[in-house]
Amino acid sequence: MESIGVLMICPMNSYLEQELDKRFKLFRYWNIPQTQQFLKENSNSIRAVVGNSMAGADAQLIESLPKLEIVSSFSVGLDKIDLNKCKEKGIRVTNTPDVLTEDVADLAIGLMLAVLRRLCECDRYVRKGLWKTGDFKLTTKFTGKSVGIIGLGRIGTAIAKRAEAFDCPISYYSRSEKADTNYKYYPSVIDLASNCQILVVACSLTPETRHIINREVIDALGPKGVLINIGRGPHVDEAELVSALVEGRLGGAGLDVFENEPEAPEELFGLDNVVLLPHVGSGTIETRTAMADLVLGNLEAHFLNKPLLTPVV
Amino acid sequence: MASIVLYLNNSAKDITFPLLEDRFQFLNPNTSSDSSFSSLAGTVRILLCVANSPVNSETLDKYPSLECVVGSTTGLNHIDLAECRRRGIRVTNAGDAFADDAADYAVGLLIDTLRRISAADRFVRAGSWAVKGQFPLSYKVWGKRVGIAGMGSIGRRISKRLQALGCSIAYNSRKPKANISFPFYASVQELASNVDILVVCLALTNETRHIINRDVMKALGKEGIIVNIGRGSLIDEKEMVKLLVKGEIGGAGLDVFENEPVVPQELYALGNVVLSPHRGGAVPESLLRLQEIMIANIEAFFANKPLLSEIELE
Repeated sequence: MESIGVLMICPMNSYLEQELDKRFKLFRYWNIPQTQQFLKENSNSIRAVVGNSMAGADAQLIESLPKLEIVSSFSVGLDKIDLNKCKEKGIRVTNTPDVLTEDVADLAIGLMLAVLRRLCECDRYVRKGLWKTGDFKLTTKFTGKSVGIIGLGRIGTAIAKRAEAFDCPISYYSRSEKADTNYKYYPSVIDLASNCQILVVACSLTPETRHIINREVIDALGPKGVLINIGRGPHVDEAELVSALVEGRLGGAGLDVFENEPEAPEELFGLDNVVLLPHVGSGTIETRTAMADLVLGNLEAHFLNKPLLTPVV
Repeated sequence: MASIVLYLNNSAKDITFPLLEDRFQFLNPNTSSDSSFSSLAGTVRILLCVANSPVNSETLDKYPSLECVVGSTTGLNHIDLAECRRRGIRVTNAGDAFADDAADYAVGLLIDTLRRISAADRFVRAGSWAVKGQFPLSYKVWGKRVGIAGMGSIGRRISKRLQALGCSIAYNSRKPKANISFPFYASVQELASNVDILVVCLALTNETRHIINRDVMKALGKEGIIVNIGRGSLIDEKEMVKLLVKGEIGGAGLDVFENEPVVPQELYALGNVVLSPHRGGAVPESLLRLQEIMIANIEAFFANKPLLSEIELE
């Protein structure tokens, strides 16, 4: 398979990169100064694209790769791939579901605890030597807080199970009510936000869910409410979120994703009721290795005419 | 006869218990006038110990009619329990007032330490994400083996929470607990040898001081993590700092220290350590619950009824 051209869109994982280099003819898109020229010269040998949550395969790229057969994403989210275009052209698409569910759900709970119990602020307080001047203030109880989850898929369900162990009543919003769950369903995000104290975004990013957290939802969540986003930055109207937090109209936020990564809104850097993470939801050694193995496994299966491991299209 | 309670606050903490102030008459050695105080000191039967105000032989000698000490904390290492036992003085603690919040905090520190939450938050706030690129990979929580040193009301709550995060639980306590089905290890060292994460929530006594010593920490191993929400002196802090600085244990989440509020400065530079200023129980609801428990204990005492959160003195 060493002659099969694979285009890796951006740096994402050195183990994956090394293995792709070993097994295929790897092109590193981010190292290419003149992409138009490069595509003209090499497009006929590129049969696979490997992307991630930052960059994947849009219509333009797909059109410029006439021999493209498969897009294998190093992520579970597919918002950076033009799925319709792939379907149209018979291009297969794979992602990395399940292997990262636990990590993302663990992080969601970690964010809730960090925001409510002010873990990061406590740590800063000690490191600045302030404990010697007096006790840190009281923080906010987590046990028993009501948790509202947008999207009750693999990740949303995993978050719910964890929060239940802290006696948190669970409610959710999704496109349709789920038959096999006892959690309380709300038919709109505003209803959900009005009726929970911690609102978690755990749905996929599509044109319909872009800015699903808007001004109205933020107002409904309110000055004691906390927003946790482990989905995608564009789920949230970031400008509205920032002004709500700065003005105290929203109680707090734990954010792993932003509209314009790796930029995060500087207005939030001085706030103590937010926790800001650099998109580390699946960022553990164990999980990224498992994700890389899925990408490699899917590519090999495809080129050996075997069934794909985790196909989406 | 008024229910007179001796109010002892020789801690550095400025704490008040508004719910109790209406119900009982407090005798405060720090504020009473000499004349009224000395007559009452000889007859007061119950003492409310604020925060970690020391209660030792010297204290007890001043109040010869004392029959009960009502603590306002979970841990009672500042009270000479052996001396209380000798004098037939009963002691109550905060019961489960802080238990849920302490358990939440232990889990929070554990996730923060393994997943580097505080370190990653610092990274973003420093503007490093755009400049340095991807934050280094951290460690998965799900599936880790957790050893709980001390399976009391806090240890049980921690177990329930961590099981939902896919962790397996083992424990050590003085004796195996009847209604706990997790694997029991007779020593903390054996426990540490068989787990990835050691959560310390023991009571601090003469027997448990420095129970987490160098051998125990070495048994935990290079990738092992310690979370301490008990008392600083449960761990040989000097040894722990050496091991952390040398990278001989994997990391630590620490809410308590041997000499609070002093925290060893060598820890400040470490990205695999999360530091906290003893806030494990510090939420408003737990302080309310604490007052309810103390009121219940004091009222039961005066009514000659069983105390709510009496601890067994050995």
